[in-house]
Amino acid sequence: MTLTPVLTDTWDKDRSWRLATYERAGGYAGLKKALKTEPAELVQAVKDSGLRGRGGAGFPTGMKWGFLPPPDGGPRYLVVNADESEPGTCKDIPLMLASPQHLIEGVAITSYAIGCDHAFIYVRGEVLHVYRRLLNAVEEAYRAGYLGKNIQGSGYDLDVTVHAGAGAYICGEETALLDSLEGLRGQPRLKPPFPAVAGLYARPTVVNNVESIASVPAIVAKGADWFSSMGTEKSQGHGLFSLSGHVTKPGQYEAPLGITLRELLDLAGGVRAGHELKFWTPGGSSTPIFTAEHLDVPLDYESVGAAGSMLGTRALQIFDETVCVVRATSRWTDFYAHESCGKCTPCREGTYWLKQVLHRIESGDGQDGDLELLLDLCDNILGRAFCALGDGAVSPITSSIKLFREEYQAHIDGHGCPFDPSASALFPYTPKTRTPGTLAGAGAGGHR
Amino acid sequence: MTVTTNKTEAEAAPVELVTFTIDGTEVSVPKGTLIIRAAEQVGIQIPRFCDHPLLAPAGACRQCLVEVSMPDREGNVRPMPKPQASCTMTVAPGMIVKTQHTSAVADKAQQGVMELLLMNHPLDCPVCDKGGECPLQNQAMSNGRADTRFVDVKRTFPKPIALSTQILLDRERCVLCQRCTRFSEEIAGDAFIALQDRGAHQQIGRFDEDVLGFAGAESSTGPVDRPVGEATTDTSGRPFSSYYSGNTVQICPVGALTGAGYRFRSRPFDLVSTESIAEHDSCGSAIRIDHRRGQVLRRLSGEDPVVNEEWITDKDRFAFTWQTAADRITTPLVREGGTLRPASWVEALEIAAAGLAKARQAGGVGVLPGGRLTVEDAFAWSRFARTALGTNDVDQRARVHSAEEAAFLAHVVAGSGVGVTFGDLEQAPAVLLVGLEAEEEAGITFLRLRKGTLGTAKTKVFSVAPYATRGLTRMDGTLLPAAPGTEAEWLTSLTTSLAPEGSGIDTGALAQPGAVILVGERLAGSPGAYAAAVGLAEATGARLAWIPRRAGERGGVEAGLLPELLPGGRPVADAAARAQIEEAWGGNVPETPGRDTAGILAALTDGALGGAIVGGVELADLPDPAAARAALDAAGFVVSLEVRASEVTERADVVLPVAPPVERAGSYWNWEGRVRSFGAALESSALPDHRVLHVLAQHLGVDLQAASPTEAHLSIAMTQRGTWSGDRLQVRAGAPAAPPQVGAGQAVLATWRLQLDVGRGQDGEQFLAGTAKQPVARLSAATAAGFGVADGDRVTVSTQRGAIGVPAVVTDGMVDGVVWLPLNSAGCRVHETLGAAAGDLVTVAPHVSETQVTPVTRTSDNSEGKAL
Amino acid sequence: MTSQVEPVEAKTRTRYEGETLAALTADATAIMERYPDPRSGLLPMLHLVQSVDGYVSRDGILFCAEMLGITAAEVSAVATFYTQYKRHPNGTYTVGVCTNTLCAVMGGDAIFDELSDHLGVGHDETTDDGAITLERVECNAACDYAPVVMVNWEFFDNQTPETATALADKLRLGEDVAPTRGARSVCSFKQMSRVLAGFSDGRADEDAGTGEPTLAGLRIARERGWTAPEGASASPDEPGETITGEPGSSAARKPTTPADTEVGKDKKPGEDAK
Repeated sequence: MTLTPVLTDTWDKDRSWRLATYERAGGYAGLKKALKTEPAELVQAVKDSGLRGRGGAGFPTGMKWGFLPPPDGGPRYLVVNADESEPGTCKDIPLMLASPQHLIEGVAITSYAIGCDHAFIYVRGEVLHVYRRLLNAVEEAYRAGYLGKNIQGSGYDLDVTVHAGAGAYICGEETALLDSLEGLRGQPRLKPPFPAVAGLYARPTVVNNVESIASVPAIVAKGADWFSSMGTEKSQGHGLFSLSGHVTKPGQYEAPLGITLRELLDLAGGVRAGHELKFWTPGGSSTPIFTAEHLDVPLDYESVGAAGSMLGTRALQIFDETVCVVRATSRWTDFYAHESCGKCTPCREGTYWLKQVLHRIESGDGQDGDLELLLDLCDNILGRAFCALGDGAVSPITSSIKLFREEYQAHIDGHGCPFDPSASALFPYTPKTRTPGTLAGAGAGGHR
Repeated sequence: MTVTTNKTEAEAAPVELVTFTIDGTEVSVPKGTLIIRAAEQVGIQIPRFCDHPLLAPAGACRQCLVEVSMPDREGNVRPMPKPQASCTMTVAPGMIVKTQHTSAVADKAQQGVMELLLMNHPLDCPVCDKGGECPLQNQAMSNGRADTRFVDVKRTFPKPIALSTQILLDRERCVLCQRCTRFSEEIAGDAFIALQDRGAHQQIGRFDEDVLGFAGAESSTGPVDRPVGEATTDTSGRPFSSYYSGNTVQICPVGALTGAGYRFRSRPFDLVSTESIAEHDSCGSAIRIDHRRGQVLRRLSGEDPVVNEEWITDKDRFAFTWQTAADRITTPLVREGGTLRPASWVEALEIAAAGLAKARQAGGVGVLPGGRLTVEDAFAWSRFARTALGTNDVDQRARVHSAEEAAFLAHVVAGSGVGVTFGDLEQAPAVLLVGLEAEEEAGITFLRLRKGTLGTAKTKVFSVAPYATRGLTRMDGTLLPAAPGTEAEWLTSLTTSLAPEGSGIDTGALAQPGAVILVGERLAGSPGAYAAAVGLAEATGARLAWIPRRAGERGGVEAGLLPELLPGGRPVADAAARAQIEEAWGGNVPETPGRDTAGILAALTDGALGGAIVGGVELADLPDPAAARAALDAAGFVVSLEVRASEVTERADVVLPVAPPVERAGSYWNWEGRVRSFGAALESSALPDHRVLHVLAQHLGVDLQAASPTEAHLSIAMTQRGTWSGDRLQVRAGAPAAPPQVGAGQAVLATWRLQLDVGRGQDGEQFLAGTAKQPVARLSAATAAGFGVADGDRVTVSTQRGAIGVPAVVTDGMVDGVVWLPLNSAGCRVHETLGAAAGDLVTVAPHVSETQVTPVTRTSDNSEGKAL
Repeated sequence: MTSQVEPVEAKTRTRYEGETLAALTADATAIMERYPDPRSGLLPMLHLVQSVDGYVSRDGILFCAEMLGITAAEVSAVATFYTQYKRHPNGTYTVGVCTNTLCAVMGGDAIFDELSDHLGVGHDETTDDGAITLERVECNAACDYAPVVMVNWEFFDNQTPETATALADKLRLGEDVAPTRGARSVCSFKQMSRVLAGFSDGRADEDAGTGEPTLAGLRIARERGWTAPEGASASPDEPGETITGEPGSSAARKPTTPADTEVGKDKKPGEDAK
């Protein structure tokens, strides 16, 4: 299968982030066309294109727009989820850095389609230059009349506010993001009501991922059929596949959904020289891990799901045989414990406990029965937590124990980790012997 | 628990029912019912922590997970992939719910959550106040596993944190259900605590640099806060927290929040609980008194959906030690050689009767029963005055009062039965407050008003006052700015136009059906205001209700404890009215209208009256305490019925001890007109007023028919046969005072009592006292500038009589030319020190010498006697 | 209980004064005006406070509470939820080493340990000279550049213990350092915080270059002449009609997925977030 540069197509151009560059490459044709189209037709076009949420869950984007109640004269909002924080996920950040106008044009078209006059882009606060680029892109778009009053003489007005977060993974969950955008702690809201009915400021709101929105202009400009001509029957269109880890040429590969990791690894020069694939994540740390067995699983929503994981954000983290799966899982668990918002018991207390058990096992203090304990705790968290974070937290644990149980057992039986941690590094070094970091719960901020 | 939050007596609309199945039982419940509520209705208990019927669903603790199956479009019932929180999901037709009783999945989910909750819990039940009445403890037994698999490191916190002098927090015990923060935000509107930090570090708290580990903690002295609206520090020097904070202790499902006064004092299973009614205001809130071996250890909110739901004020909760203060009077006292000595009942009663008889000959006896009587006592006092002393010189009002008020009460309030109710307030389109600061003077009324503003009725609240108080702010209310004494102007202008020219204010909602006007007793100091309120009610059709501060005043009005009024709204001057009462009482009722409190005191001073019999009256509560003292000093003979030593007993010739509420049965007539009966919580030999008056009357040859509560009720019933259909007293507008000429350096005094102050009803509760607002003087920016006073400066407010020094707070939107002071707070006792009342002119100046600073600490001198 | 007379609201009012207060008030007002509800301005306002004090101070919290008419407890509730808000004066530079799984195993752990020893500080601690606050940071969406170090949230890609310590030394000497992707030089923590409050510093056009991994796929597509299928003309004038991609492109590809017939069932609206 070939790569299909659409979003990435302008990234190698000089000053690719500038509006002028984007326009020379045909940018904003979609908006101009959209402004001459009935909003309802645009929603239908996006439905027809088969575009599904690129933020992870893959919910059909057009359908999400369709959930908005009929206009009642009050405001309706578009909120772009640019809080890219899922471990392994690194597609939206380079997109916004290299070509923010893709997103801005998508925002303008989407807002027009759903009848929104004020859109928000919520970008995580830990990417300073991306925030600069977005602020600048919005300014440029205002100056060029793509935003603001009477856009392109259409009589349509739109304001866009770029909002910086302040460090909280949970804000990637759409209702937590809305609370955060309202100036509150980013903790998930009770659903229903869903954002489509009562979202930002309790008004009808569409929350979409950056890549989803950035994909809209081309769909409008080139047609739904053009988009659905790529990908598979149920997973249509192009997507950014982010290869990282022990791969020769890590980076962004934009391809039709349904491409396999084997195909991608071929393009990326394979696993790093002299090593072999041990395990990988298809869509970030919240998606159950895969091994070499899964190299030929088509990377589309259905196939990956059928194989026991999730396509997620197409964050393909490649780990070779030098990597201790317990260490990897333990560190991911640290992450979930650190990022648990604290609202619900299973996630707040469960990750706190899981983390300590994994630390014990990793540092050689594991006990017989710990694996059964881990699996039972995961069972008590999965589907019991308030939001999806709890489910994500247990994915790496359950999937890694399933695939590498003997490696866990070896840590327990051998009272320690059989791996040389330096072997997996990209550079030689002598590990310093240091006590494992502070335990969860103790000491503010520390997340080891 | 109160099962619904918005049912009012008024509500009677047919409810749509939904039928579903739970644990194999088919149940029909009202549409919109939560699964967990529906389960309760069929006796299925689902464990829960964050769920509370009066708070919005949170779904945070996840303890109440159940298995749910739902019919799809084709009607095939499909199980939902995950267990659902029954506290957030409403029932649906055809839904099938399986709780822990019938579902292994639900049971394991609940056991799993319970294990996680206990994992970081200290399990210090043996030393925890909550042990024995703890939902965590109980549900751990019923829905938890016997052992824990947790062998790792528990989360620990230093303990406890004092959120205020009254409320302590043990963070280790907290299960983060957020009931307390949700109550503070949703019900009280005091977000003085909030969730802090994140994940496993998450905790309840104020902004406390030390606790949260902010730089500068070294210099920190407890929580730093900026409470919403006008509010400053409390008398402990902390930021003011809330008047309702005690409710968070009661709804805490673990022992995380405890009250300082009760901490480590008792075990729940050692306590005897008695349902009762709170005595601190006219709301008649249901409370529960927990006592052990004759000693009250704590008070909790009762559950009464129509009155106080499940909430009470901190005053009603924590202020009960006054009843057992060291100055309790336990035996009768008689004056001999200028000093009081103990005497037997027989001796004391004989001396009292003889003295009263003599005084009656010498011009008559003035009767000052005070405003805190039970209904039984009030009728006994009224009958005693009329039949035993043959006088109408009786007035319960130990406060600013007026003839206009007496007429208003006779015309509008007396014999009107149950009028406006709490439920009506919650449903009202608009409520106008005049001369009433609900949060300070009738706390639970404020909670209902606020509930209305946030509820389906979206009540619009308007307040005629000199500034927008914190309470008004939290009800998102509208201020109708008025200097004290000018309230009538607003009421009159609203009568002609609900959107007065140039006011920029539209009170049109007051004309909608269900609108309510609430007037407070302070209108007595504002000539014409009561009459104007009646006029406005007639013009708009709004319903009118009177909310006094004291628990006994409504009952007193019904009993005729006013100089022109007999029971049931019957005018003294009306022969037919007198005849009915004479028939009921079997004795003569004097026909000449009597003197009011001021008149009685004056007559005692100039000797026109020969003596007085006084109930629970604090002389310092009167507008001119010095004059009152002089009057009793001059009185020929004084009998005092008191619970504790007071300025009256100091001056009495005979003191007859009476029982505090906790030691006797009785009833209060709350402001709604609802009779709120309570039994004696503690065994006691102390006698209630009506019993004492009964035997005293016997010595005067009169049968008061009030020997026992039963007899008292019967004789009350006699006066209630048939409602009075004859003429009522007409409201006579007092002559509107000419707007005061504010001279240089002067301002008009605005003042009212704060819920927590130095009233004797709060004696002996230092933890509560610490949460009272620090007294301040409020001025508009312009007025402050005029006096050369800056925000935070100390100012001196003075009259010829004396001076009060307190910090000034420049208050936005306050009426110019007005200075507000708390009426009876520590170091700021307006009547006592200034001899002034609302509407009087006072002098304001920057404070000069520190030597005159009145301490802001609670002083030992007291006022506002809390004595029946 | 302390019961001495406290100056009224001494604990409840911010102590900012004069120009500082005036400037803060003006900026905060501008922030609140960006949103239909001023409360939305709280996160940027806290960044703003950090741009003045270098951390979230008591005065900063009280200032936000005053501006928004909420309690300080409600402000600290937010300030303590997000990791970028610091409770102690921050160094001029936050040096954040990604120690999430992927960066950690590829060298992040080694880099953090080396830096920690080199600087003599641990996580969330600041060097005595006040130059550097060292942090472990979570995944910063640069996995294709692992291991990654962030300095004041600018990207320093493909680091080693050596490059990281050299970087730290330069920062402590006050020398300008340039990220591998981002602006031409790293600004101070306070300057950064001001940008995060939404006040542009005009440096968006600066560019340290687009990294190879970002372009990896595109380079191959260019080499091999791969493009997305041609779409209908994008010109708004002619209505777009669809052209299927030329043979060989994925357009020609038949649905091959066995699971193609299965749409992701258990997905509900709202799960698009992760």
